Amino acid sequence: MPEAPYIPQPEHARTYRYDAVDREFLAQRIAEFRDQVARRLAGELTEDEFKPLRLMNGLYLQLHAYMLRVAVPYGVLNSAQLRQLGMIARRWDRGWGHFTTRQNIQFNWTQLTDVPAMLDALAAVDMHAIQTSGNCIRNTTTDEFAGAAADEIADPRVYAEILRQWSTLHPEFTWLPRKFKIAIRGAEADRIASRTHDVAVQVKRDAAGAVGFTIQVGGGMGRTPILAVPLFEFVPEAEFLRTMEAILRVYNALGQRENIYRARIKILVRDLGRDGFLDLVQQELARMPLAPYRLAPEVVQAIRAHFAPPPFAPAGDAAAALARATLAEPEFAAWVALNTRPHRQAGYASAVISLKPVGGIPGDATAAQMEAVADLAERFAFGELRVSHTQNLVLPHVRQDELYALWQGLLAAGLATANFGQGSDIIACPGLDYCALANARSIPISQQISRVVDALDRTHVLGELQIKISGCINACGHHHVAHIGILGVDKHGAEAYQITLGGAPGNDAAIGELIGPSFSYEAVAGAVEKILLTHIGLRAPGERFVDTYRRVGQAPFKEALYARA
Amino acid sequence: MPVLEKGALRADDWQVVDDEAALPDAPVLISLARLLRDAALLAGRNAPLGVAIGNDVNPDVLAPLLPRLALVQVVLPKSRDGRAFSQARKLREYLGYTGEIRVAGHVIPDHYAMLLRCGASTVVVAEGTDAAVWEASRKVVSIAYQHGLAAETPISLLRRKVA
Repeated sequence: MPEAPYIPQPEHARTYRYDAVDREFLAQRIAEFRDQVARRLAGELTEDEFKPLRLMNGLYLQLHAYMLRVAVPYGVLNSAQLRQLGMIARRWDRGWGHFTTRQNIQFNWTQLTDVPAMLDALAAVDMHAIQTSGNCIRNTTTDEFAGAAADEIADPRVYAEILRQWSTLHPEFTWLPRKFKIAIRGAEADRIASRTHDVAVQVKRDAAGAVGFTIQVGGGMGRTPILAVPLFEFVPEAEFLRTMEAILRVYNALGQRENIYRARIKILVRDLGRDGFLDLVQQELARMPLAPYRLAPEVVQAIRAHFAPPPFAPAGDAAAALARATLAEPEFAAWVALNTRPHRQAGYASAVISLKPVGGIPGDATAAQMEAVADLAERFAFGELRVSHTQNLVLPHVRQDELYALWQGLLAAGLATANFGQGSDIIACPGLDYCALANARSIPISQQISRVVDALDRTHVLGELQIKISGCINACGHHHVAHIGILGVDKHGAEAYQITLGGAPGNDAAIGELIGPSFSYEAVAGAVEKILLTHIGLRAPGERFVDTYRRVGQAPFKEALYARA
Repeated sequence: MPVLEKGALRADDWQVVDDEAALPDAPVLISLARLLRDAALLAGRNAPLGVAIGNDVNPDVLAPLLPRLALVQVVLPKSRDGRAFSQARKLREYLGYTGEIRVAGHVIPDHYAMLLRCGASTVVVAEGTDAAVWEASRKVVSIAYQHGLAAETPISLLRRKVA
């Protein structure tokens, strides 16, 4: 089969640009997978042998069909790539795709026989599905405002790309006890749910301006939620990969393999204790040779060049023009207030495109919407885009005086929902509508709750509120670190939902606490409404739900939910 | 069972000997328990000596004995259990072992290139194995993005030519 012709990408969009070597690698990897499929069909590989190979190429078997999970490395994407994802959705799926909390995109209605052609179409825009599943190092995630945020200290994309390359088909760490997720940020503000990851990295600078890394280890969700603990305060840049190798090597050797619920690194770190784990990592580091693992400044420099600032225009009176536009149009003002973030470049902002319409399916985008967003990215943002772990899209660099035109374009595409970080910006896993692991539906619960919350928000202004829904204990919907977390369980064969309160993913990370007995499918949205009405009655002016909860404790919420009438 | 080395199959010239059986004057593969128990006795032995270690063994325990060993056999009890990859790497990378590292157990062609990059030398394969399938698998991806221990030529950045 001929490879799909290479599609040119926008000049100023700062995605890592493949060269001939990278393209050759990707073509070889697709050839390898094609051969693996052929050997499976010929009976040369058993299903047991084939499954990890298939997963490492992003192919899952779900309830109704195969699901292909495509990597969006650290959530950075350009318009040509997004347009191609739209084409794939139209041609090989049912006309839409689903953006995930891992900053990837999933196609939920994939035919096995179409997969090689889909991989070729992805390769035409330097994309792939490598290591989006399986017990290997997964897509590194990062801040959706990386390279743009006003509060950024160092650009995490550079090191995320280095991690991507280093972890790609890593010879030692491709058959780990369990999946391995790394998140990296370059600002003090934690917008990436750092401590829920196997390894969380924060890029820092010392007093002399040299780059180093704070490393936390042993976080994870699932049935045993644990927040990552500090391991290293400041690893010098040159020793970054060596340190990662040592951590992974200790995990590969000692992580449990018999019980998949005890196989993540969080259990190993918990069992050994932070100091015990650190001791083993340091023993490795003391003996590993330095030279082969040294991250050379020339490598960092060459990768950094891919993420150079785009050609920003002078600020002029962009800020004043934006102020005038917001005064003229309250709906636009509301969108600007909630869906834009400060930019490091004067005259610019980052704009969030919510994929959370009230009553809609979190993270879903139609092919037409992907194409519309690609067009808008080209008109207003150098053709560059991000996927956030909250399942939204971001245009990282938009001139303030073009936000109004952008917003009008978003309105036309049905993508102007002003709710980023608000109660109706719900994270939800695909749940029992798609997933073979789920106990309960997530999507319709999310749809119901978003309507309830939106109605309350209109009269009471709830402010920042994080509601997250998982359809089973594997916690893909991040419910453990939600202000209001909802977990679907099976109760005597019926869908039921447990509610946890007080969790948070960021700098104030916490695991939510179970409030009481579960609620039926019919009752759960009403329960969330009671929780929020209780908050409204108790809150100090401007107080967020989670802060009220932490101040007053469980009692009033329990009372509202469970007291007999 | 045959052994795959550098793309070709050959007969296994190592004899597996039980812990209590006498050692013939020929290449023998013994357990770690016996190696540790009989270390003093084995010191005077001239014929090649090999040891088979389980995947839960830290290769550090072999350190003082490595100069006497011509073969260390590691094992994948299941195809998805990758502990042997780290064992091989430690042996080569900082324990200074230069003899043969053989991989036994549930090894599939898709492991092969990665095992070699972790320092393995040979693989025990099933009777009737087609070496060409393993060679094809080894060569299909010729570019790597990280340090490895097989023959490698740097290209640029993190990348190497490996096949």
